[in-house]
Amino acid sequence: MTRLGLGALLSHWRHNPWQLATLIAGLALATALWSGVQAINAEARVSYDRAADVVSGRGLAQITRVDGAKIRTEEYVSLRRTGWQVSPILEGEVQRGGRSVLLIGIEPMTLPGGEGTQDDEQSPLELEDTEGADVISAHPDDAAVFEGLDVTVRPDTARVPGRALADIAVAEDVLGRPDEISRLLVAPEQPLGLDPLPPTYRLTQTGDQTDVARLTESFHLNLTAFGLLSFAVGIFIVYGAVGLAFEQRRAVFRTLRALGLPLRRLMALLALELGVFALVAGALGVALGYLIAAALLPDVAATLRGLYGADISGQLRVRPAWWLSGLGMALAGTALAGAAALFKLARLPLLSFNHPRAMSMHADAAARWLALAAGGLFGMGAVIAIAGQGLFAGFGLLACLLIGAAFCLPLTLSAALRLAGRWHHGPLAEWFWADSRQQLPGLSMALMALLLAMAANIGVSTMVSSFRLTFTGYLDQRLSSELYLTTSSPGQAEAVTRYLDDTGATVLPIVWQDLRIGGLPAEIYGIRDHTTYRENWPLLQAVPQVWDRLAAGEGALINEQLSRRLALNPGDTLETGDRVLGVYSDYGNAAGQVVISETAFKARYPQIETLRFGVRTADPDTLAAALRERFDLREDALINQADLKAFSLSVFERTFAVTTALNILTLAVAALALLIGLLTLASLRLPQLAPVWALGLTPRHLAGMELLRAVALAAVTGLLAVPLGLALAWVLLAIVNVEAFGWRLPMFLFPAEYARLGALTLVAAVLAAAWPALRLSRTPPDRLLRVFSNER
Amino acid sequence: MNASAFLAAALALVLSAGVALSQSFAGLGSDAEGFALPERGYVFDFPADHGAHPAYRIEWWYLTANLTGADGVEYGLQWTLFRSALAPEERPGWRSPQLWLGHAAVTTPEAHYVAERRARGGIGQAGVIAHPFEAWIDDWQMAGADMQRMRLTARGAEFAYDMRLEAQGPLIFHGENGYSQKSASGRASYYYSQPFFEIAGTLTLPDGPVEVTGQAWLDREWASQPLGASQISWDWFSMAFDDGNRLMGFTLRDSAGPDYTAATWIEPDGTTTAFPDGAFSAEALTESRVAGREIPTRWRAVLPEKGVDVTVEAINPQAWMATSIPYWEGPVRLSGSHRGRGYLEMTGY
Repeated sequence: MTRLGLGALLSHWRHNPWQLATLIAGLALATALWSGVQAINAEARVSYDRAADVVSGRGLAQITRVDGAKIRTEEYVSLRRTGWQVSPILEGEVQRGGRSVLLIGIEPMTLPGGEGTQDDEQSPLELEDTEGADVISAHPDDAAVFEGLDVTVRPDTARVPGRALADIAVAEDVLGRPDEISRLLVAPEQPLGLDPLPPTYRLTQTGDQTDVARLTESFHLNLTAFGLLSFAVGIFIVYGAVGLAFEQRRAVFRTLRALGLPLRRLMALLALELGVFALVAGALGVALGYLIAAALLPDVAATLRGLYGADISGQLRVRPAWWLSGLGMALAGTALAGAAALFKLARLPLLSFNHPRAMSMHADAAARWLALAAGGLFGMGAVIAIAGQGLFAGFGLLACLLIGAAFCLPLTLSAALRLAGRWHHGPLAEWFWADSRQQLPGLSMALMALLLAMAANIGVSTMVSSFRLTFTGYLDQRLSSELYLTTSSPGQAEAVTRYLDDTGATVLPIVWQDLRIGGLPAEIYGIRDHTTYRENWPLLQAVPQVWDRLAAGEGALINEQLSRRLALNPGDTLETGDRVLGVYSDYGNAAGQVVISETAFKARYPQIETLRFGVRTADPDTLAAALRERFDLREDALINQADLKAFSLSVFERTFAVTTALNILTLAVAALALLIGLLTLASLRLPQLAPVWALGLTPRHLAGMELLRAVALAAVTGLLAVPLGLALAWVLLAIVNVEAFGWRLPMFLFPAEYARLGALTLVAAVLAAAWPALRLSRTPPDRLLRVFSNER
Repeated sequence: MNASAFLAAALALVLSAGVALSQSFAGLGSDAEGFALPERGYVFDFPADHGAHPAYRIEWWYLTANLTGADGVEYGLQWTLFRSALAPEERPGWRSPQLWLGHAAVTTPEAHYVAERRARGGIGQAGVIAHPFEAWIDDWQMAGADMQRMRLTARGAEFAYDMRLEAQGPLIFHGENGYSQKSASGRASYYYSQPFFEIAGTLTLPDGPVEVTGQAWLDREWASQPLGASQISWDWFSMAFDDGNRLMGFTLRDSAGPDYTAATWIEPDGTTTAFPDGAFSAEALTESRVAGREIPTRWRAVLPEKGVDVTVEAINPQAWMATSIPYWEGPVRLSGSHRGRGYLEMTGY
């Protein structure tokens, strides 16, 4: 019996292969988007961890010299001999054939934890060689850089491209920098009663290193939210497909039950069927997700590289974390989508007929329940918004908002259609609107999917665009000078500034000191009074004549993070004793920041040498060339702001490419949901169309009205999606971002972008409605006639 | 402390396998590849031999002490500096093939505090100078004008100590005048001790400083291939009896054959008697659950020729050295035919 039952159930799919295809495709697409995004995130995180472990010593404080000079081995030893548990790092660029690799020399005996040299899933780093040769561990792409040197390159795909590792002894020789240490990593565990660090050294806490890493966190967070939304959209498709199959198989269920198949077993068979589909589609989706991720990763990597440094491997690896989560999501999503069908099956009377009208009445009640649930969700969202704290609350609010809005959709659409019907008079128009309402229950799931997809698109594109505008502003603020120069010693600093003064360029010294404010790492900067700052720094709040008062040493500017964290506003006094004169936005910085005048800074920290400078000049290229020629500057000592900005902007163009691709994919998924919904209805609603046809409307005319209806419904949904999308963007920017990072991105509106998205949505709706409409226009009259003879 | 040979060897292996080093390194167990080997009849040259012997593969300065506070509470203390060479030479700078490792511990009846230090030779971060004597790694040191009077310091995240050592007797030599055989096939090390230190100073513990006094025992040993490939672990005992006699005994457990034991009986004036394989034996009586494994922390140790049949019991069974290579090392109480205190080291559990 079981086998027969299963055969009967499966025969449905044999007869309706396209339906099976849409079910599988929908689920696979949903899984693909989710696991693709997860794969990208996972790859990026692994890359960060790998790079950060050794390179920036994530979680580790670092020591450098205050005067910016290199640390000598002798100094390292004397710090160790006073008890400081530190480990030396020597790093420098190795260039060959236009390619540049950062060679990082480490000292494994003292490297904190020791596991810094190991990747989570890689074998231990092997830098020794049985032949006694010097070994460099590098990404295979970087191996060529070390050709011709007397070293053995050990290619390792686990290495981050652009960063190679070697023992410090090897690094000394390859870089030609004996007795030099770039920085010291500080072990987390230090001995009891440790002497304070001599004043010649600067201890930098970890927080200071992660400014831009925080930005990438936000990027990942938003990608994840995007992935989740895409998945939700996909699940609506599955719901549609499962629901359709259920409606179509009512007769089969009834027959099987009548033949004696127990309900419990029938349900188990259906669950098994869905489970198998979920696994197959999930596997397909994971594979597809891999392709999506592989296609997008280079762009994402470029984006993150631009923000963070050259850290992301452009190569995707299959990691259990994301493919398992993809399969899990496919199963969970199918269970969610199939639960309703199984529930209906459990309550299905043994002798039941297919009553579309009854179903619709029932659906009206369901719409009211949904609206009620939506009210509950909005209430919960409001409670979370008021009482909740932290990132979790932010996402909770997002979920309540989105699902609540989706639940509201059927009732809202119904009301909109009723309203439209009231405006139009004449039998055909009234029938059109009434019929549209009649169809609404069957389409509402698909329309919810469309609403979510579009809202997600609007939300995410608003966020990304706002992020871009903000970041461009941030670059202008931080990179207002044409050139940035780092000198290697106070002597060189003096020579360079003298030369620059002679050439007529304006030199803006950059001095800072790390400190702790409110128990958290912060930095204090001294700036010279100059129009560069007066014109460019975006102040969020300020006292009148803020710049004059800052120059006069009357107080300090603080960044938004510090202002939010310690609830400090202009007029308040900092624990450093400075009065707050203004608050400026400082996107991407995790640490608090205080800006005082250069004079005040020099008086407060006389020991800090000025080694970094911003240079304002009309002709940066010529000046840069002259500086390089005249002074012995390291490759990275001179940065041209225009190059940096151009690079950053190109990075954002790539971000847009990623966003656009994801936008089109989610809309495609939503269109598929709509197609399935319309197909479901098409097979059920001949009885409603036949009388209209009998009254004289041609099938072609009817088909045209079907198309019109799809467009109308999509248009209304699209209109509703705009406020929802903006609300979503607002929550992401104003709540999630603030909770996660302590700064708020201002929200900008992009009407042209929304119009483009709206047009895309309409196109998607037309495409989805085209096939059912075409089928309708080609319906032979006898099928319509049969409605009268057979069913009614 | 001959058994520590194996510890150092194992450490060297792990360091070279898991940790990046620019120099080549072949397995330790096979042969000595250019390293010097101990020879019978060697005449020690002091103070030079208190210093490092880079031509040998492994070497250590290993001090353990039994201490008592003013309130009668018993403590144990360990200060160890290991040297492990990847090549039989010293080179200046980061190219040095000499690796150094420090272990320090303080054991109380309730707690066991451990710290570890690692360093590369060639840059001055760790080393040993024979005269005036100084052995150091980072801020830890054992130093004095000579080995008679020294200051001993070490600290970790939770503890510190600052001790004074004063030798009350002569150096003693194990085996054949310091040539200590480690297996029937003739593997050996140079091995001498100073078991007669009076020690006093301050332990700094989480609850505050404690003034302590007691006895300490320093082991000096160096070799290049002291153990056979199948000698996998050992139990090492140092005992100071209340009657002034001392006993060093160890069992090297062999996976492929019979265990190998050796012992040195030390009289109060420094007169020694070395005992061959089989004379000394130790039998585990009670095991404790330590760091997720079963470790014998109560033993019966027997040397019939000197009438020794004692029960050796750990003051704190949880004296686990959670270092790169973990092992058990802690103070013990002796009862039975003789009473006294001592130290126990166990590896391979």
